[in-house]
Amino acid sequence: MAVRDEENDMTTAETVIADADLVGAKVRSKAGSRPLDNDFKTIGEVRVNDPRMSCTDVNVFYGDKHAIKHVDLDIAQNQVIAMIGPSGCGKSTFLRCLNRMNDTIDICNVTGEIRLDEVDIYDRKLDVVPLRAQVGMVFQKPNPFPKSIYENIAYGPRIHGLAASRAELDEVVERSLAKAGLWEEVKDRLDQPGTGLSGGQQQRLCIARTIAVDPEVILMDEPCSALDPIATAKVEELIDELRENYTIAIVTHSMQQAARVSQRTAYFHLGHLVEVGDTTQIFTNPRHKLTEDYITGRFG
Amino acid sequence: MSEPDKSTARTIDIVEASLKRRYARERRFKLMGLGAVLLGLLFVTLLFFDIVSKGYTAFVQTHIALEVYFDPAVIDPDGKRDMAEIARADFRKIAREPLAKLFPEVTSRGDKRALYSMLSSGAPYQLSKMVMKEPGLIGTRQVVDLVADDDVDMVVKGNIDRNAPAADRRVNDQMIGWISKLEADGVVKKKFNTRFFTNGDSREPELAGIGGAAAGSFYTLLVTLLLSFPIGVAAAVYLEEFAPKNRWTDLIEVNINNLAAVPSIVFGLLGLAMFINLFGLPRSAPLVGGLVLTLMTLPTIIIAARASLKSVPPSIREAALGVGASKMQTVFHHVLPLAMPGMLTGTIIGMAQALGETAPLLMIGMVAFIVDIPGGPLDPSTVLPVQVYLWADSPERAFVERTSAAILVLLAFLIAMNTFAVIMRRRFERRW
Amino acid sequence: MALLTLMAFAFYLGRRRSLTVVGGRSGVKNLHSLPAYYGFYTALWAGLPALLVAGLWLSFEGSIITTLVVDGLPAEMRDTDPGRLGLLVNDIKNLASGNIVSAHVDETMQRAADHLNELRSVGRMALGVVVLSIALAAGALAWRAIGPKMRARNRVEFIVNGLLIASSLIAILTTVGIVLSVLFESFRFFHKIPLTDFLFGLEWSPQIALRADQVGASGAFGAVPLFAGTLLVSFIALLVAVPIGLMSAIYLADYAGPKLRSYAKPVLEVLAGVPTVVYGFFAALTLAPAIRNLGESVGLVVSSESALAAGLVMGVMIIPFVSSLSDDVINAVPQSLRDASYALGATRSETIRRVVLPAALPGIMGGVLLAASRAIGETMIVVMAAGLSANLTANPLESVTTVTVQIVTLLVGDQEFDSAKTLAAFALGLLLFVVTLGLNIVALHIVRKYREQYE
Repeated sequence: MAVRDEENDMTTAETVIADADLVGAKVRSKAGSRPLDNDFKTIGEVRVNDPRMSCTDVNVFYGDKHAIKHVDLDIAQNQVIAMIGPSGCGKSTFLRCLNRMNDTIDICNVTGEIRLDEVDIYDRKLDVVPLRAQVGMVFQKPNPFPKSIYENIAYGPRIHGLAASRAELDEVVERSLAKAGLWEEVKDRLDQPGTGLSGGQQQRLCIARTIAVDPEVILMDEPCSALDPIATAKVEELIDELRENYTIAIVTHSMQQAARVSQRTAYFHLGHLVEVGDTTQIFTNPRHKLTEDYITGRFG
Repeated sequence: MSEPDKSTARTIDIVEASLKRRYARERRFKLMGLGAVLLGLLFVTLLFFDIVSKGYTAFVQTHIALEVYFDPAVIDPDGKRDMAEIARADFRKIAREPLAKLFPEVTSRGDKRALYSMLSSGAPYQLSKMVMKEPGLIGTRQVVDLVADDDVDMVVKGNIDRNAPAADRRVNDQMIGWISKLEADGVVKKKFNTRFFTNGDSREPELAGIGGAAAGSFYTLLVTLLLSFPIGVAAAVYLEEFAPKNRWTDLIEVNINNLAAVPSIVFGLLGLAMFINLFGLPRSAPLVGGLVLTLMTLPTIIIAARASLKSVPPSIREAALGVGASKMQTVFHHVLPLAMPGMLTGTIIGMAQALGETAPLLMIGMVAFIVDIPGGPLDPSTVLPVQVYLWADSPERAFVERTSAAILVLLAFLIAMNTFAVIMRRRFERRW
Repeated sequence: MALLTLMAFAFYLGRRRSLTVVGGRSGVKNLHSLPAYYGFYTALWAGLPALLVAGLWLSFEGSIITTLVVDGLPAEMRDTDPGRLGLLVNDIKNLASGNIVSAHVDETMQRAADHLNELRSVGRMALGVVVLSIALAAGALAWRAIGPKMRARNRVEFIVNGLLIASSLIAILTTVGIVLSVLFESFRFFHKIPLTDFLFGLEWSPQIALRADQVGASGAFGAVPLFAGTLLVSFIALLVAVPIGLMSAIYLADYAGPKLRSYAKPVLEVLAGVPTVVYGFFAALTLAPAIRNLGESVGLVVSSESALAAGLVMGVMIIPFVSSLSDDVINAVPQSLRDASYALGATRSETIRRVVLPAALPGIMGGVLLAASRAIGETMIVVMAAGLSANLTANPLESVTTVTVQIVTLLVGDQEFDSAKTLAAFALGLLLFVVTLGLNIVALHIVRKYREQYE
C-alpha cells in the first residue's frame, strides 16, 4: 500500500468515526491524540505460539475511508483477549472482520489476511456459513429473537442440523443454558418469549444461543454496555468460565472490565493497533504514550 | 462438559455435511423471489401490450374517397341558398350516388341497402357540414373522404378476418368483395381519427368519441380540485398545527385513516342518498360527481399534507414565533409555503386517483348515454373511465378498439399526472 | 359572484376605515392590528353569514319546492303510492325544464310545471335579496365596530381557526353521512324484508320483485350467495396477491441489486395506479375468454364470466398494495435480529424465513387484512368480469356474483327509490361498509401495535 498523506489520513479517520467523544478526546489531549504514521509498528508481542486466529496486515475501508490500518494480531487458544480504545477507534470494526460480519455492509471492504486454524477466512472460495458456525458473535445490545427461550437456543442447532432428534435438541438447549448460567433461572419457562427476560438475562440468553452451535471462537462486542452492574458481573463471571472451552475476543470500553476478564489486551487508536501485551503489563506498565494516556484516564 | 476439540470437530463436520442441501434451499427461495418479481413485471407488460395492441388502430379511421356531385337539384332546388333549407336537404342521396356509380352491377334493393351501409350514417352529415361552411360547393364535383362504416373499418384494419368462414364473421362475402374492389381502386384511405377526440358518445362506433367524456372528466375534476384542495389543506393545517392532542382529534385522525380505506362504491351510495335524494342536486352532473370524489380524495390529500407539514422543521416555527408572530401568522407566512410543494404533490396524486375512479360515479347516474358535449358542471355528462365501462359493454367489434384507445388516453393522462408529481417531489425535496 | 365583489369591497372599506379612525398612515402604530386585518374582518363578516344562508337554501331548495308542488297538486293525484308520485314529480320537473316527458301531458301537470317554475324563480330572487342584504348588514355592523382598540387580528384568527376546524370536521361528517344514509335506507329495507332472511337466505333474485310488485310479491333477498361469491373472488385474489406481493417485496429488499430494484419497484407500482375499470376490461375481454378456451381445450366447462378471471385480475391489482405494505413491515424488523442470525451461521433465506418473517408476521397479517378489505370492496373488476347470477358455489370456474356487483346492478338506471330492490342495495352497502370498516380497524390496530414493538 502506498504511503498516504498524513493529513489526509487524519481527516478520513475523523470522518469515519464522526463521534463526539473522539473529537472531545482530541481537544483534551493534544499531544496524546497526534495521529500515528501510516507505517506505525505495533508495540508488544502481536504473535503467540499456536494461535487460534492470526491476522496479518488487515485493512478495512468504508467506501474510501480507511477505518483499520495495517493490523497484525494473533488470538491465542483458550484465552480472552480484550480490545480497548476510545470510541470509534476501530475495535468493533476489527472484531466484525473476524467472522466476516462486515459482509452485510455493502460499502465495507477488507484487505489483508485473517487465518482461522491456517485457513484464510477471506479466501474467495470460503463459505461464510460454516465460518460463522465456528466463530460466533455476541452483540452490544441483547438481541433475542421474538420467539420462546427454547426456540432462541434451538435456532442455531436447527439450521445447522446439529441435533438428530428432539431429545438431543432438548439436551443441547439445556447444556447451553446451563453453560450460560441461565438454566436455573429459566428452566420452568422455556416456552415464554425471550424478549420477556431482563436485560442481563437476555444477554446471557444470547451467549447461550451462540454456544449452542458449539463455536470455536466467540466474539463479544461490548456485551455489557447495555447492562447494569450486577448483570455485568454475572456476564463477566460467565466469560471467565467459558474461557476453559472457547477462545474469546471481547471489545469493551471499560478498562476495568478488560482488566478483570482478559489475559491479553490490545489497545486501538484511530484505526491503528497501538500496543498489545499481557493484560497485567498493559495496565501496570504501558509502553506507548497513547496507551498510558488512555488507561490513566487522560482521554477516552 | 465435552472436550472442546472433539466437539468442535463434530460441529463443523455436521455443518459441512448439510451445506449442500441448505444452499439448494437458498437457491430455490431466491428463485421464487425472482419469479415473483418477474411475474409482476410480466403482468404489467401483458396488460399494456394487450391494451396497446387492441387500441392503437382506433387512432386512424377508414375513409372512402369518392367523387361527390353536390347536385343543386337535391341540395337547393329553388336556388335561394337558404341555409335552413339546405340543412334539411337529403344529403344521403348525395353520399350514396357515387357508390352506386362505382358498382353499377348492384341493382336489387336489398343489395343496394347493403352497399350503402358501407358508408357511415355520419357521412351525409359530413357533406352537409361542408356545404354549410362553403355554399359555393353546390353544383361542383369534389373528391371527398367519406367516413366508412365500422364493419368496413374492421375489415380494412384486419380485425375481421376475411378468410374466416362466412358464418363466423359479421361481414358477408359480398361486402368483402366490394371492399376488396374499393381497395384495388385505391380509394380506401386511413386517416388520423380526429373525431375520436372531439365527438361525444354515439351508437355508431365510427362516430363515437371521447370528447364528451373528457369534458365531463374535466368539470368533475375541476369541482373536486376546487373543493378538496382548500379543505384538505385546512384540515391538515388544523390537525397538525393547532389541534390539541385529545380524544376528539384522535377520533378525527382514526376516522381519516379509515375513510381512506372505505370502498369507493360506498361513497357512491352516500352521494346518491345525500346529494341527489336529500339535497335534490341533478343526477349525472359533474357537480355531484365532484362532490363525491372530493369526499373520497380528502383523506389522501389530508394525509399527504400532514406529512408535508411534519417535514418542516420546528426551528422555522420557533424563529417566526420568536420575532413575535402569532401562531396563525407563523403557519400561514412560513410553514405553509414551505410545505406547499409536498401538498401539491399529494393533491396531484389524489386527482389522479379521482380521474380513474368509476364505481361511485355509476351510483350517481353518470352512466347515461350522452351525445352532447357538456358545457358546464351542471349538464348531464359522463367521465372517461365510465365511458370505458360503457363501451366495454357494447357488442360491436369496433368498440373494443375504441375502448382500448380510450383507456390509452386515460392512462396517458394518469401517467402524465404521476410523472409531474414525481418530478415536483424531486425538484422541491428538501433535506433539513 | 356578487358576493365576492361585495367581500372585496368590504375588505377595502374596512381597511380604509381602520386608517381613518387613527388618522391616516402615520397613525398605524396606534392600531392594534395591521390595517389589512380590519379589511379581512369586515370582508369575512360580509361574506360568511350570507354564504351560510345561501348554502343552506340551495341544499334544501329542491326538496322544499317539490313538497310545495306536490301540495299544490289535486288531491286525487297526491293519493297514489309514493313510487308513482315520484315518477309524476319527475315528469313535472322535466316538463318545467322543457324536456320531453314520458307520460302524456295533461292540464294539471302543465299547471304544476308552471307552478314549479314560478316557485323556482321566486326562490332564486328571494335568495338573492336575502343573501345580499345579510351581507350588507353584517358587513356594515363589522365596519362600524372598527376602532383602534379592536383586536382585529385576534378576531380574524379566531374565525380562520373556526374554518380550519370545520374543514377537519368534514372527515367526521363524511363518516356520519355514510352511516346515516346507508343506515336509514337499510332500515326501510329491513322493514320490508326481515334481517334474518337477508343474512341467512340462500336465494337471491331481486329481479322478480320488480316484475311482480303489482301483485305485492317480493323477490328473494337471501344474501348468502353474494357473500359466498365475494369471498370466493377475494380469496382467489389474495391467493395471487399475497405470495407474489410478499415474495417480490422480500426479493427486492434482500436480494435484488440496486439497479433491478430502482427499475422494478416503480414498474410494479404502476399496477396500483391503473384504474380499476382498465383491469375490468382486461379481465372481461382478454383473460376470461382465454381461460374459457383453455378450459375447453382440456374438456372443462368454464363460464365466460368465471370467478377465476375476476379473482386473478383483482389479485394482480392488489400485488403492489401487498408488496409495499410487506416492504414497510419487513424493513421495520431491526437489523440486530438479522445480525444475530447471520452470526450463528444462518444463510440469507434461513434468516428471512425463520427470523424476519416470524418477527414481521403480525404486520404482514395486518397488511393481508387491508388487502382483503380492498378486494371485498373492489367494484369495477367484478362488475365487468364476474356475472350477475347468484350461484352458491365454490367452483372458481363457474360464474358468481358479489355484493358490489349487486349494488351496482340494483341502483344503476333505476329511478324509483322505494322498492325493496333499490333499498336492498343500501342494505348491501351497509354490510360492505361495516365489514370493511371492521377489517380496517383491526388491521390498522395490528400494524400500529407491531410498529410500536420495534420503536
